Amino acid sequence: MKYYDKLIFELSRPGRSGYSLPRSFAADGGTAMPGISLPAGICRESPLDLPEVSEPDVVRHYTNLSQMNFGVDTGFYPLGSCTMKYNPKINEEVASHPLFTGLHPLQPAETVRGAQEVIDTLDSCLAAITGFEHFTFLPCAGAHGELTGLMLMREYHMARGDSARTKVIVPDSAHGTNPASAAVCGLEIVVVKSRPDGLVDVEDLKPLLGPDIAGIMMTNPNTLGLFEREIGEIARLVHECGGLLYYDGANMNPLLGKVRPGDMGFDILHLNLHKTFSTPHGGGGPGSGPVGVAKSVLPYLRIPVTSGFHGNFAVMMRALAYILMLGRENVKMAGPLAVLGANYIKESLKDAFKLPIPSVCKHEFVYDGLLNDGAREGVAGATTLDVAKRLLDYGFHAPTIYFPLLFHQALMVEPTETESKETLDAFIEVMHRIAAEAAEDPDILHSAPHNTPIRRPDETTAARNPIVKA
Amino acid sequence: MGTFAYFPHTEEDIRAMLDRIGVASLDDLYSDVPDSFKYKGEYDLPSAMSEQEVRDFFDKLGRKNVQLKVLVGQGAYDHYVPSVIPYITSRSEFLTSYTPYQSEISQGTLRYIFEWQSMICRLTGMDVSNASMYDGPTAAAEALRMMIASTRKRNKVVVSAGLLPNVLNVIRTYMKYPGIELVVAKDVLSELDDNTAGVLVPEICKCGRIKNLAGYADKIHAAGALFAVYCDPSTLAVLKSPAEWGADIAVGDGQSLGIPLNFGGPYVGFLACRTELMRKLPGRIVGQTTDADGKRCFVLTLQAREQHIRREKATSNICSNESLMALWCTVYLSLMGPEGLRRVNELSAQGAHYLHDALLATGKFEDTHGDKPFLNEFTLKPLCDVDKLQKAFLSGGFFAGLQLENGELDFCVTEKYGKDVLDALVKIVEELA
Repeated sequence: MKYYDKLIFELSRPGRSGYSLPRSFAADGGTAMPGISLPAGICRESPLDLPEVSEPDVVRHYTNLSQMNFGVDTGFYPLGSCTMKYNPKINEEVASHPLFTGLHPLQPAETVRGAQEVIDTLDSCLAAITGFEHFTFLPCAGAHGELTGLMLMREYHMARGDSARTKVIVPDSAHGTNPASAAVCGLEIVVVKSRPDGLVDVEDLKPLLGPDIAGIMMTNPNTLGLFEREIGEIARLVHECGGLLYYDGANMNPLLGKVRPGDMGFDILHLNLHKTFSTPHGGGGPGSGPVGVAKSVLPYLRIPVTSGFHGNFAVMMRALAYILMLGRENVKMAGPLAVLGANYIKESLKDAFKLPIPSVCKHEFVYDGLLNDGAREGVAGATTLDVAKRLLDYGFHAPTIYFPLLFHQALMVEPTETESKETLDAFIEVMHRIAAEAAEDPDILHSAPHNTPIRRPDETTAARNPIVKA
Repeated sequence: MGTFAYFPHTEEDIRAMLDRIGVASLDDLYSDVPDSFKYKGEYDLPSAMSEQEVRDFFDKLGRKNVQLKVLVGQGAYDHYVPSVIPYITSRSEFLTSYTPYQSEISQGTLRYIFEWQSMICRLTGMDVSNASMYDGPTAAAEALRMMIASTRKRNKVVVSAGLLPNVLNVIRTYMKYPGIELVVAKDVLSELDDNTAGVLVPEICKCGRIKNLAGYADKIHAAGALFAVYCDPSTLAVLKSPAEWGADIAVGDGQSLGIPLNFGGPYVGFLACRTELMRKLPGRIVGQTTDADGKRCFVLTLQAREQHIRREKATSNICSNESLMALWCTVYLSLMGPEGLRRVNELSAQGAHYLHDALLATGKFEDTHGDKPFLNEFTLKPLCDVDKLQKAFLSGGFFAGLQLENGELDFCVTEKYGKDVLDALVKIVEELA
């Protein structure tokens, strides 16, 4: 990757243009058009300071920007809880299908039967995989799905005149979007602790349950990559107190082929199509977070309207293409192969990294920093951040760092099922090398990365004196 | 196990990995799952298709859609899409990358987001924009939440009844659960009181007519409330920016900046505000800084607002947004520049006014909006059989004249549709029995 320092505005010169538009409204350039005059009071007066750049320079600029980026297509991306699996190219072809891209979302139903069938087919595929009844596809991301799902939880209780249920239980290992979504939905958070073995502490849960509990938000496997074995008991307890169970589908990948969340007692779930179902992350979206419901919540499914039209339809097209390509035979292998890769790495690096929970993991697992961080007189030990930055020098994207909060030097690794053994072995070798570097001289890691377009950025100044536009 | 193109593992690979782990089979890796939860059946899914079969599947479904010339707006606009854009956005370093948390290998993403933020600020006149929202309606809902969070002890927001119905639906949904008092009013200024945190009005009403917002900012601020404007970013090339109206917050949808209709999504919301409100902004913000060698670079900043740090105290729950669609708009605006964007609006407006006058001339419509100005979209009261007319439009290959709740029919013209197309549409109206 080469350092390219331009912003598009710096390529701008007055008089350049990159646009191509018809010369006039009438094809013959004729005069049969009314002069448009808008009242002065509503017209823009301040200058319109957009860049004036030729088309070739626009293309070159963004091409050069892209070359400072790292995608799944570039290399291994073991980000825990992100499921950075291969993004199939047939998905892209399907998503830009010319018989779909020109459809206005408000066109009459009889003119969009194909689009509606895409939605219905995806609905039944996701229902089959998850054991839920039906989905709403309005949410545009996982957190958006969480919010929508919590709204459904509240609708369920409100329909019963049960207005006291204003709290939702969330494990201390939960992803930040869980409590944030609850807050946006007007719910208070109650935290349930995890045991030393990483699982939700059922004994700590019991006293939290009461008539003010709307439900519990969980992910299974949890954010440590551990299967919550006692989910049956948890479901029984929560239902008994009148609450509902919400499944955060961010960690759905290892369950493909093995477990359906609907069979575990969950009432509402969201899926991340941009994780489990291979649609590309796009640098931070667009995603899609469809929300599925069990029979009990089905009557309320269409009540919360959390986006403007039908959801991120082109993302849904990609997910359906993915499911059709895998078919029932391969969907059921995705989970086991993802789990295989995760356990393989976990076992291979536990001689260099602290493994707080040695039991079999699912699709991801957590290390708690280096076994030997090289700390010595006058030299600070290498941290998880340092390991992550050094990995960049070796051409790998770092795993998730400092999450979940339970382990202070957390390094969460999720390889997914689309990585070859050679890739995993290369990662293992590099991680061993970095561990050796740390033991010998942590400053090699402290000063990393060296081989990337930029070195470590000064984030402190960025926050203290924010420069947020050109 | 059969081979599948996305799974690299051979039997040998699997064997070697199982050996390292110390288990005999893949099933053993699920020994921690109680047997009662294991799904032992076959998924009720089709059998694996080849790529050609997948192509055929979608071709077949595509033929069940009717391709129409789109002359309706209402939040989704059929503008021309420059050929360059998908070429850039489908570059896999952009498409398949993650959120730019590791800034050293994400400068591409961070820079285009910085450019997007800058362009949104230049269009709206605001000081800071975030990295994008899901769409215009959710951006509007989050702006209201922001206004509540920014004013002390006020729990009411007032929004204009002139907002698009789909924007209002999302606003109602978001305000319902936290119990924020929502007033939807024709005359928002008359609803101001000392419990009002903020007011949201559209620059262009759902009927396509452009509002004159003179005096709004003064009255709203005098009441101690904040002022937000919902706008179409493309029209800001010719219309007053929210900042020129004295607004504190600007929201809207970037779909009109060259994003295809895509049956409703993905689109991209924007949310921009004055400096004083920056720390209440939801979502990601990219900031400029220098690296250890003093080189200019960009990072996600002010992250203490966000869910991964503040959890339930975050300004919002938003995590993934619409980053790649923000890139789409950024490339669009880079190509268009000020002249191109003005031209888009000129051509669209010329078409819309031509169509407006021609439709009135048929005698089958009435304009009940006086001489209120419009740009590229307008609604008219029908004086004919609406059902028949809409059927005739469809048979003629048009999606036009969508009927709104008040009975009026919506028409929108973009630079894609010239005089010939509009004459054909008018002919259908003229020939209506």
